[in-house]
Amino acid sequence: MSSHKNTIRVGTGAGFSDDRIEPAVDLAERGKLDYLVFECLAERTIARENLTRLKDPELGYTPYLAERFQAVLPACVKNGVRIVTNMGAANPLGAARAVRREAKALGITDLPVAVVTGDDVADIVRNNPQLPLMENGAPVESLIPHMASANVYLGADVIRDGLATGAPVVMTGRVSDPSLFLGAMMHGLGWRYDDYPRLAVGTLAGHLMECAAQVTGGCFIDPGKKDCDDAVNIGFPYADVSADGSLTLGKLEDSGGRIDVMTCTEQVLYEMHDPTSYITPDCILDITNVEFAQESTHRVRVTGARARPRTPTYKVVVGYHDGYIGEGEVGYAGPNALARAKLAEKIVRERLKKRGFSYPEIRVDYIGMSSLHGMGSGRTEPYEVRLRIAARSPDRKAALAVGFEVRTLHVNGPSGGGGGSNGIREVLAVKSILIPRELVKTAVTVEGTL
Amino acid sequence: MKVKVYDLGHARAGDKGNTSNVSVTAYDERAWNILRQQLTVECVMHAYAEIAKGPVTRYELPKLRALNFVIENALGGGVTVSLAQDMHGKSLSFVMLGIELNG
Repeated sequence: MSSHKNTIRVGTGAGFSDDRIEPAVDLAERGKLDYLVFECLAERTIARENLTRLKDPELGYTPYLAERFQAVLPACVKNGVRIVTNMGAANPLGAARAVRREAKALGITDLPVAVVTGDDVADIVRNNPQLPLMENGAPVESLIPHMASANVYLGADVIRDGLATGAPVVMTGRVSDPSLFLGAMMHGLGWRYDDYPRLAVGTLAGHLMECAAQVTGGCFIDPGKKDCDDAVNIGFPYADVSADGSLTLGKLEDSGGRIDVMTCTEQVLYEMHDPTSYITPDCILDITNVEFAQESTHRVRVTGARARPRTPTYKVVVGYHDGYIGEGEVGYAGPNALARAKLAEKIVRERLKKRGFSYPEIRVDYIGMSSLHGMGSGRTEPYEVRLRIAARSPDRKAALAVGFEVRTLHVNGPSGGGGGSNGIREVLAVKSILIPRELVKTAVTVEGTL
Repeated sequence: MKVKVYDLGHARAGDKGNTSNVSVTAYDERAWNILRQQLTVECVMHAYAEIAKGPVTRYELPKLRALNFVIENALGGGVTVSLAQDMHGKSLSFVMLGIELNG
């Protein structure tokens, strides 16, 4: 165990696929980090990347991969900061090659990248059509003809194994978000995969950090009510974790944002259902005993994480083609704006019907009034109303017709309709199943020379 | 005297599939007592009636002085298929903050 440190520092480099670039550079340059973790896969991100890979088999990793690595690699290589990321999305091997190309362009001739594979379980799902969907209990069978992807949420063990190769970068596809962080802690601190008190701490740390700025002042500010310093330059979090399981979260002193009991409490409950049972591939986390204490202006001590043993299954997200969404918008302002928007809606609905199109679901929003929380009651009419009509259809032509009929309002519609827009998108929907762990075979390979 | 949840605590919304969870954290002990006693499943169901079908489950976290509401069938079928503009339901915390209680 002598190779393990007593305390390590793990930073967050990104909290979603389109996150800001420079906070990660700050942490890599000045954060005294051991590991920098980029979490770049939302439920919908992998769906999107699967569409990209269908068009070009070399792609299918997150679109900002090149920009992120160009920005952080010099500082990470100089300071010995190892990178863990799920930027590989639907194509981890392609992503590893792309990272090596970016490294070479920066003068790093052979940057080894450990690649984790095995999360793609499409073949296993095809061979097990009886597996029930978590959403409604129906067999997954009916989705298989339309299936575009099936990826299991892997756990922290594959991150630990990737780091054990010695490669400076570990690239994965689908791995549970907190596991990316926990895996770095298991490797760095020598935690065993059955040491549940420690796995609880690492999972809690990962859960708090996986959305980056959401624990350091992002998604928090309400001007005049809940303010924070320098909202333009919110710093990303780091965690100091010790072998014994003590945990402190912090951010760089000269970075913007805030980290305190309030920001941590909001984030610990983010995407949490039953707080006694937050299920990850590594453990079942219980946060009901968790407490936060301000240690200094930019540091918060975290205690009370508990965990029960992990389940015998992995969760799989199945992505499948589910038709199209067509939409159109047009704006009205001044006297009688809402009435004109409502008439426009009526015209579009009737014209779509007249042309023989029907839709399983049509949604109408009066933006400025009802698009986020519904119409409510007793609200006054706003000065401006932007009409938005969206509809889903298995038929591309029917989906296109929605935006077309909104656009024709420019010349044919009620008075003063302006600023129209319209579009169509292909829907990749997701549903979930559980599969036995023993069906999943993971592997770690290294691109480059160690 | 009526008081809004907005003046008693702060809130954040998260998404998983077609389910939204909204946490409310009290600013102080007095606010926590009001929230714990009055912010019930029924009044949350009522506030979200136009948005979510439910059911709603409520969890208490006394150490954090927080409540966590899990609101099912709230996100137009889920992020990837929703016709809504706010497909993640990020704005739904402000429905919670607009609820009026007795201060």
